[in-house]
Amino acid sequence: MVWSFISRTRGRDRFDVTDWLTWGYLIFGIALMFGPVLWVAMSSFKTEAALSEYPPSFLPLAPQTAMVKGYDKPLPLYEITGGEHKGEVLAQIRRIGLNAQMVDPQNPGERINVKIGDRTPKREFAMAWGNYTKLFQRFDFMRYFWNSVFITVVATIITVIFNSMAAFALAKYKFRGRTTVFVLIIATLMIPPTINLVPIYLVVNELGLVNTPWGVIWPAVATPTGVFLLRQYMLTIPDDLLDAARMDHASEWRVYWRIVLPLAAPAIAVLVIFSVMWRWNEFLWPLIVLTRSEEFTLQLALNAFQGDLQTSWSGILAMTVLTLLPITIVFALLQKNITAGIAQSGVK
Amino acid sequence: MFQPLNSAAQLGYRTVFNLFEWPMARAQRLVGIRRVAWLFLLPNLLIFGLFTFLPIILNVFYATTGSDAILLSQRPYVGAENFSSLLSCTDYLDPNSCRRDVFWRAVYNTGWFVVLQVGFMVLFSLITALILNRDIPLKGFFRGVFFYPVLLSPVVVALIWKWILQRYGVFNAGLEGMGFASVDWLTDADWAFFWIIFVSIWAHMGFYTLILLAGLQSIPSDVYEAAEMDGASRWRVFAKITMPLLMPTMVVVLVLSLIRAVQAFDEIFVLTGGGPGSATTLILQYIYETGFASRPQLFGLAAAASILMAVVLLVLTLLQLRATRSQAEG
Repeated sequence: MVWSFISRTRGRDRFDVTDWLTWGYLIFGIALMFGPVLWVAMSSFKTEAALSEYPPSFLPLAPQTAMVKGYDKPLPLYEITGGEHKGEVLAQIRRIGLNAQMVDPQNPGERINVKIGDRTPKREFAMAWGNYTKLFQRFDFMRYFWNSVFITVVATIITVIFNSMAAFALAKYKFRGRTTVFVLIIATLMIPPTINLVPIYLVVNELGLVNTPWGVIWPAVATPTGVFLLRQYMLTIPDDLLDAARMDHASEWRVYWRIVLPLAAPAIAVLVIFSVMWRWNEFLWPLIVLTRSEEFTLQLALNAFQGDLQTSWSGILAMTVLTLLPITIVFALLQKNITAGIAQSGVK
Repeated sequence: MFQPLNSAAQLGYRTVFNLFEWPMARAQRLVGIRRVAWLFLLPNLLIFGLFTFLPIILNVFYATTGSDAILLSQRPYVGAENFSSLLSCTDYLDPNSCRRDVFWRAVYNTGWFVVLQVGFMVLFSLITALILNRDIPLKGFFRGVFFYPVLLSPVVVALIWKWILQRYGVFNAGLEGMGFASVDWLTDADWAFFWIIFVSIWAHMGFYTLILLAGLQSIPSDVYEAAEMDGASRWRVFAKITMPLLMPTMVVVLVLSLIRAVQAFDEIFVLTGGGPGSATTLILQYIYETGFASRPQLFGLAAAASILMAVVLLVLTLLQLRATRSQAEG
């Protein structure tokens, strides 16, 4: 049944070589795009010891142990690969030189000597949550997470309000200089902040915003993309609706906030998704403005940890997974809206 | 689960309205209904002015002054010295002969990076878009597969690949398993350069695939039907119909990816730190390090370098405008 689903060739005669190539490419694509993320997710559940193992195993594994009668602690289990006990599973009591003293868990009375080359540790699938709990205890993860959430949420709210106000003015009023302003705003598309890093830093510095989240938030809340997106959408809202409200003596602010904004919800949703994505993933500008580690966003903290040789991979991997998790969940829920929004507006 | 979130959002919505209603109504009476549009434009224009237009002018001041002071009043005028220092080379093909050798290395690295990254990325995006445009089941799912890395943060992307490519990583383990020798990928200059290109293609390809796919889907199907009636071969259909009709979208994708590639920084900075040496240092990293990361902070030099980068971007943007205009005129 699966096969008939895959091989349906609507209108064509049979499953030919291009179909094979197509499916080969798609399956390779899944492996290449999801594989690395999955690998990191799996690795993040490994213990420190398992992480330094080479070659690595795909699943996080931990040595299997068993309680054997007559011993206080659980003993590690080994599979015997050679010698007279080949194939049996024994528990190791202690190691003496090149030999290991072992015992059969079913028959605890008898001790067996096995060469250490003849046994491999028996392991089972076990998720080590230690890497994650460590993040909260030792790395102050919640602080970075909160910093990131604060910047993302506040910046997105301000972006939506400011941009929709400008879009409303440009879409619903006729005034002298309207075209000039519109062109001016669109022109800023051509001025990426990367070419103005030094002077923007001066402005932020003069405003006393260095090492505060506001130094990250303010410079990028007015986005030409957002204004353009919302203006195009608001042009489709009929003017009659606005005029009707004005008849009832509604202020212009009420017209904007109570009528135009709710009607522009689909376009605003697109802008919200973009803004959250931009802000959550932003790196270079926070790197410049936030130099004190208490102010770091998740991205900066990750970068700082990976550059610090004292920090082990175990914490970094867990933090990487927690950082990509929110975006992954949003993507899984809103995949269609996101791809449609991007395909329509051509912005990222 | 969404109930409290929803009511919180509604409360916020009403609060903001009440907060601004009175002052905005006052202001409206003050300026009159005819000029109320400017009131709505004000916040946005203020931000643009402060953080986009003013900095353009300030950038010139920085580029023509010296010292490591951030305040313009404390910076002595040095004329074009920052530019001449950046541009002075005895042999422009050899970065070692330049006064700012790292700058020139970064320029050459960026040049190669832009050509290779954009070239291969557009090629793979096109192939992927063509495949996704075929009549396959689960189309939405596969589109999502290729798009997923676009959403990941650059730092996360870099760390994922750093973990895979490290000396005792899974990639080397796989190679050894197949009988090849393992390589220290990120500390070998040539391989590191290969991997920054690979990783940035991996991370951004889905975006361009999506745009190309939209372009492919806008080609009317009756054109294909007509070609089929005439018994045209697949290759002929591709070369004579698909490609010419897709050209406008291709140009947009090409220019957009060029502009982005010139400013590449994040993933590469985290993945290799620009190393080994300065083998993977690109121009934006040079600007960042000159102006912010190293002491003394040479703001003037960084500003001069960013003005040079801006010139390149301006040329690319004008190309884009021309391309989109000729697309509009059809």
